[in-house]
Amino acid sequence: MSADTPTPKFTGVLGWIDHRLPVISLGYKELVAYPTPKNLNYFWNFGSLAGIFLVIQIVTGIVLVMHYVPHADYAFASVEHIMRNVNYGWLMRYMHMNGAHMFFVVVYIHIFRGLYYGSYKDPREVLWILGVIILILMMATAFMGYVLPWGQMSFWGATVITNLFSAVPLIGDALVTWMWGGFSVDNPTLQRFFSLHYLFPFVIAAFSFLHLVALHQFGSNNPVGIDITNKDKISFHPYYTTKDLFGLFAILLVYGFLVFFAPNFLGHPDNYIPADPLVTPAHIVPEWYFLPFYAILRSITFDISLFGFTLIDAKLGGVIAMFGSILILFFLPWLDTSKVRSANYRPIYFWAFWLLVVDVIVLTYVGAKPAEGIWPTVGLIATIWYFVHFLVLLPLLGRFERPRPVPDSINKPVLPKASPLGPQTQPAE
Amino acid sequence: MRNVLVATIAGAALLGAMTTEGRAAGPAVELLHRSWSFDGIFGSYDDAAKQRGMQVYMQVCSACHGLEYVAFRTFTELGYDEGEVEAIAEQFFITDGPDEFGDMFERPGLPKDSWPSPFRNEAEAAMIHGKAPPDLSLIAKARPGGPNYLYSLLLGYDEEQGLDLPPGNYWNEYYPGHIIAMPPQLYPDLVVYEDGTEATVEQMAADVTQFLMWTAEPKMEERKQLGIGFMLFCAAMTLIFYAIMRRVWADVKK
Repeated sequence: MSADTPTPKFTGVLGWIDHRLPVISLGYKELVAYPTPKNLNYFWNFGSLAGIFLVIQIVTGIVLVMHYVPHADYAFASVEHIMRNVNYGWLMRYMHMNGAHMFFVVVYIHIFRGLYYGSYKDPREVLWILGVIILILMMATAFMGYVLPWGQMSFWGATVITNLFSAVPLIGDALVTWMWGGFSVDNPTLQRFFSLHYLFPFVIAAFSFLHLVALHQFGSNNPVGIDITNKDKISFHPYYTTKDLFGLFAILLVYGFLVFFAPNFLGHPDNYIPADPLVTPAHIVPEWYFLPFYAILRSITFDISLFGFTLIDAKLGGVIAMFGSILILFFLPWLDTSKVRSANYRPIYFWAFWLLVVDVIVLTYVGAKPAEGIWPTVGLIATIWYFVHFLVLLPLLGRFERPRPVPDSINKPVLPKASPLGPQTQPAE
Repeated sequence: MRNVLVATIAGAALLGAMTTEGRAAGPAVELLHRSWSFDGIFGSYDDAAKQRGMQVYMQVCSACHGLEYVAFRTFTELGYDEGEVEAIAEQFFITDGPDEFGDMFERPGLPKDSWPSPFRNEAEAAMIHGKAPPDLSLIAKARPGGPNYLYSLLLGYDEEQGLDLPPGNYWNEYYPGHIIAMPPQLYPDLVVYEDGTEATVEQMAADVTQFLMWTAEPKMEERKQLGIGFMLFCAAMTLIFYAIMRRVWADVKK
């Protein structure tokens, strides 16, 4: 089926409905005929996978809420009730727990794919910004969800993270008290986190819808990174529906392995101890997907002073760096001044990208280590590199890098060199 | 497809290292390791060991530790029949009420009850022992090293090293910081096993660990069984959709 196939005229009952409520022709146009570049590689599978994990999280979450009790005295026990007494409660809970891990795995791959292939560039800036909003909402949702079982790591993680806001000048302490709904993390905190944890996924769903609307305006970017005509596009169905289903079942093997054979591998043992405000765990560690940001937070261990007057103390500096590391992504479409999208045609950016990947992995590792020995220094260097990449390297590269010649069409790449990220002109293989 | 295959194999190898129940990362001291019947994808509980472990728990551990989340009715999963479960439950006293006069009363345990704590509350437990002995329902998942940690801890006491410690403190090789408030519990032939197994210290430690792994993760066998079916289904669907995808894409010009 070519991408130019016109939308058929629906007849009968479908036609009657579509004439009055044109969702059938809309669905056909956007999900069946939707023209998609024919050269997308497997890294383009992760967008639809992220959507599927969002649905898994919402469905399992709604079932869990039928048995969960959002109260400091009962939350831990209600989770154990789900694990022991509710039919397949253990399945719902382990699916939800590990679904969060998989959601982040998939979304992080999706984001790095966008970075490599320059998917955030003109005309897809708004698409990218909507994605960053989804990432921030996901992080907030995951953080609040981790608090709900009311184990030791829930409680102390919530205490550490909410306390960050006390670094805000002047209103910090009042802000934290307002967020807690009291003078420490306690039942009101748990209840509001529960309320928001239920709300945010639907906000994510709404933003995902906008993300799709923005995507369909110009269609997917592609590994070559050039604008292509419908001649080089194919219809979404059946080509990408079958490819996405293949990818889905492959990733379900990984997910299933976690859920059924290693359900607690990515969790922390301390969260099977009920929350105790009087006993602090030896090491308070966030979930793995927050570790790079946690490392950035902890890397600022010095005050920033001017003439002996402290402008930004270490705590505020860390908080600014941590939030800055995410907020900087909003400006990426304008920080990257190169007109060439795909890293395959940018010899220096290619290495900058992989260095950033290594940098984030180092930050993840540092975030999991106690802040002692060489780790704070390593963390500081990695943090500085993270910001140098976005704030210095990307703006300069656009000016000084000489990109390789970009082909006019995806059918004849100028350089028949295989992409390091896999095949680029071979659609399904 | 070759990339996908390589990635799958590498992933599977990585995941294979993760299938022990309880997390691998442990404290600085190398724990004693045992090969547990419940380890691995096909691992299951050893019913006889669970029953022996229950006997050790009943005669030793339960003097100080409750199992708040473990109901006697679930002991049918240990291999007991309903009559035996009732007999076990009856050995405990449960506070119930209020009755029609507004009074709380004590009654023998029923299958629906959970294994009670020997103390009325945490304050009483802390008063008697200096520090309230923790509930052990989830202990096998709540410590780094999981079952190996429990097993090591029970065998990790050293009286010689603990000689100059203040009363109420004991030296344990595997406890973080080495100073533990729980006295050594296991001595040879402390219990007389109903099945005639010789009650060595290692045997009792292994059995009670098996029992506590079950209390922490009672649905493990059901989970792994369902998991094997799920993995086979997804593997088949992956292959089927790979074939369909190749077929569909055959007419796309490269």
